[in-house]
Amino acid sequence: MLARLRGTEAGGDAGAALARARLISSLGPLIALLLASLFFTIRTDRFLTTENWSLIIQQVAVVGILAIGQTLIILTAGVDLSNGAVMAFGTIVMTRLAVTYHLNPFLAIALGIGACLAFGLLNGFLVAGLRLPPFIVTLGTLNIAFALTHITSNEETIANLPDPLVFFGSTFRFGGTTITYGSLLALALTLVAWFVLTKTIAGRHVYATGNNPDAARLAGVRTRRVLLGVYATAGLLYGIAALVLVGRTGVGDPQAGQSANLDSITAVVVGGTSLFGGRGSVLGTLVGTLIVGIFRNGLTLLGVAAIYQFLITGVLVILAVAVDQLSRRRQA
Amino acid sequence: MLVTAGCGGSSASQAAASPKPVIVGLITKTDANPFFVKMRQGAEREAAAKGAVLMTGAGKDTADAAGQVTALENMVSAGAKAILITPDSAGVTTAVKKARSQGVLVIALDSPTDPVDAADALFATDNKKAGQLIGQYAKAAEAGKTGIKIAMFDEAPGSTVGKLRHDGFLLGYGISDGDSQIVCTANGGGNQVESQTAMENCLTKDSGINVVYTINEPSAFGVYKALQNRGKQNGVLIVSVDGGCTGVGGVKDGRIAATSQQYPLKMASLGVDAGVDFAKNGKRVSGYTDTGVTLISDKPVSGVDSKDTTYGLDNCWG
Repeated sequence: MLARLRGTEAGGDAGAALARARLISSLGPLIALLLASLFFTIRTDRFLTTENWSLIIQQVAVVGILAIGQTLIILTAGVDLSNGAVMAFGTIVMTRLAVTYHLNPFLAIALGIGACLAFGLLNGFLVAGLRLPPFIVTLGTLNIAFALTHITSNEETIANLPDPLVFFGSTFRFGGTTITYGSLLALALTLVAWFVLTKTIAGRHVYATGNNPDAARLAGVRTRRVLLGVYATAGLLYGIAALVLVGRTGVGDPQAGQSANLDSITAVVVGGTSLFGGRGSVLGTLVGTLIVGIFRNGLTLLGVAAIYQFLITGVLVILAVAVDQLSRRRQA
Repeated sequence: MLVTAGCGGSSASQAAASPKPVIVGLITKTDANPFFVKMRQGAEREAAAKGAVLMTGAGKDTADAAGQVTALENMVSAGAKAILITPDSAGVTTAVKKARSQGVLVIALDSPTDPVDAADALFATDNKKAGQLIGQYAKAAEAGKTGIKIAMFDEAPGSTVGKLRHDGFLLGYGISDGDSQIVCTANGGGNQVESQTAMENCLTKDSGINVVYTINEPSAFGVYKALQNRGKQNGVLIVSVDGGCTGVGGVKDGRIAATSQQYPLKMASLGVDAGVDFAKNGKRVSGYTDTGVTLISDKPVSGVDSKDTTYGLDNCWG
């Protein structure tokens, strides 16, 4: 809490230190990504191919989209534990409505995304309106979404989906390889989020709310509205992630997304966004998402047991948090 | 009649009240898995038929031993005479022993307790045999072919059942871990999404994979999806374990070559019967009861017994 209240308006040396800290937390993940890529490129000639990279991006697209929402929330010094469960619920809503109830597929998709948006609004209302702690609120909605997923799916996987539901799993050719529309969408959403966060007033308000809510309020930012908007946008993104996931697997799977909340937090943290809010970038999150995907892919190519992926992810998370904390202390 | 565990609070002495119906408890690994849901439904039906009360409980996920212990303690406290449990790990062993010392019959379903004799009895699939059957099938189906490249998709590190099936497959195929024909081994989490990702990475490592072992059918479907995305689904032999109705459907439509079918409803109904028998007549079951496993395939191979998908669909568990 104290860390959050420390000066952001500070000038002079503190300003330079802040700039340096920003540089470390934005370049650090990129350097880790390049080093990991270099390592795998040297060790196996199957790693650095357009085909393999297309695959890695496909594999991280879903967590990548969830992680955009997670970044928005963490920038406001919150956290969202519910995203994977909300996404899973969205997949069941859209697939079940389309397959079991023969609803128009586009309407089914809209309702599935709408269900996720509703969860986002609920999270936002509880956090911004009732001022409950995000950790507890989303722990609650995690369990609610999880239960609803399993109740509404009857524990069955829903297959034979109409074409519009699996569109984002289909591919087009580009530069000698195939790319899924889902990958493209994930990258596009990242760019849109980056633009909104850095180039618009709404985006600056998100940073201000996370950095120092009291100062932001005094400066005229309607922080509760910002929070509600952030959680609702995140919910919308989880709905889009649900659609991309359905496209990728071709089924509505009630088992999906169970570790996605922690995976997305990992991506955000490894990407250099501060858990204390107000500092970080959605581009860093993209890099963080890719780092996790690259290790999973590269270690399989090398025939290394998957358990080492967890070991490396753990080290990266601690490194990222340590860099963030140390740079903050130096500012102080 | 169905009572849910978790409220607890009642004293053990009420078990002595004789006119009350027999209470049997069932503790599964999780409620969020069709295998255990069907097992619970099988137990509910059998309990209703025998006029017994079934209490049910489950861990939050397949590794929540503490949740299972809580459910078990609450059931003993509520006066259950017999408890059926699919133990997560050795974490439940102490609680199982304690319940037995209080005069409760404890039967392990699906997976053994660690050690196996911590419970009175075990009603389960022979998972090693389940793996062995599909190993033998794969070997016979690929007999005479050269350039065999095998990929294996396990559940997760430390999974008891996963290891038994994995080892059974190798035994049936006549190879061991580290054999040069095994070109990729990965964890698919027993679910479709992770298995698809794992198979994609394995195919990048070696695109010539032509025999695939999977821990269960959702994993097999993930593998198939990865192959399909590459246009390589033809000519790859996928074998699996479980025998759920969706899985047998996958055998019927040709995505899976063969699967070892197991019978969770039978485990549950045998367990309820044994529990009621113990409560009424004091008869304590013991030892291991194999609930059977059947190889299901529409392309039988010589030397390995199998049944077709019509049989498989008649006997599938949901």
